[in-house]
Amino acid sequence: MYGALWRVLPGPWWVRVLILLVLAAAVLAALVFWVFPWVDQFISLQEVTVDE
Amino acid sequence: MSVVGVIGELLITGGVVVLLFIAWQLWFYDGIVGGELKEQATQQAQEWNEHAAANPTTTPGDPNEPSTEEPPVQAVPAAAEQFGMLIVPRWGADYYRPIAEGVGVSAVLNKGLLGHYPTTQMPGELGNFALAAHRTTKGGSLHHIHELQLGDNIYVETAAGWYRYSFRNLEYVRPTGVGVLDPVPQDPTAIPGERYITLTSCNPIISSIERIIAYGVYDGFFPRDTSKPANGAPEEIAATVMGTVDS
Repeated sequence: MYGALWRVLPGPWWVRVLILLVLAAAVLAALVFWVFPWVDQFISLQEVTVDE
Repeated sequence: MSVVGVIGELLITGGVVVLLFIAWQLWFYDGIVGGELKEQATQQAQEWNEHAAANPTTTPGDPNEPSTEEPPVQAVPAAAEQFGMLIVPRWGADYYRPIAEGVGVSAVLNKGLLGHYPTTQMPGELGNFALAAHRTTKGGSLHHIHELQLGDNIYVETAAGWYRYSFRNLEYVRPTGVGVLDPVPQDPTAIPGERYITLTSCNPIISSIERIIAYGVYDGFFPRDTSKPANGAPEEIAATVMGTVDS
């Protein structure tokens, strides 16, 4: 999968690395700002109240 | 390329994403939520100040000395209504978190708010004002609960002003340890002669095996008075309540 991605990217190796870095940053931003906050609302592992 | 190879890469990617999520939840998102909660608290305080300025009442005395009169007791708010803020100088001047009625998980606690146990008393009332909040995740409003030291001031702000409590001790109980909510904590038959604050959260951090409890005893009320510096708040928390803290 990642090997195929590397092969379809154009240009010399440093251009490919640059493109991959930009892609990785975009994916990370999407995760941090949209995906994770959305997932977080369904995850509540801790209980903080006392209860009989 | 083999199908197995693709599956393997997907699994590794998934694992990395899960690790990223955990790191994000523990070390990143609490700060974001905390900032939003502080913003909400500052706005609420502004509304109360505007209301107080439009309906001025003069209170005698130095703003750094508590009122000599009995503290006011407000009516029990509607479920999930935000009616107060918690201020704890030990946890930093930018700690300013809203308090809502009830301990509903989705309605109150998972929004990062401190929740008031509806079976316990209101601030100013003889008995116990008990709050719950997350220790980590969802804003972690009680993240630093274990750092409190004897005599640390804990303030509860409402529309009327600031109730000051003095921290006494920590206690660790089972999740079923409801005695901490008694009007006199852990003494179900006692008739309260004082006003207490009880904070509950999970313990150890990132676990729910036990509950950590912090107790404080009421020691004074500072009425909201817009003619005084910081609208009547003690100097110690002036920057927090005036919204002049840089975070």
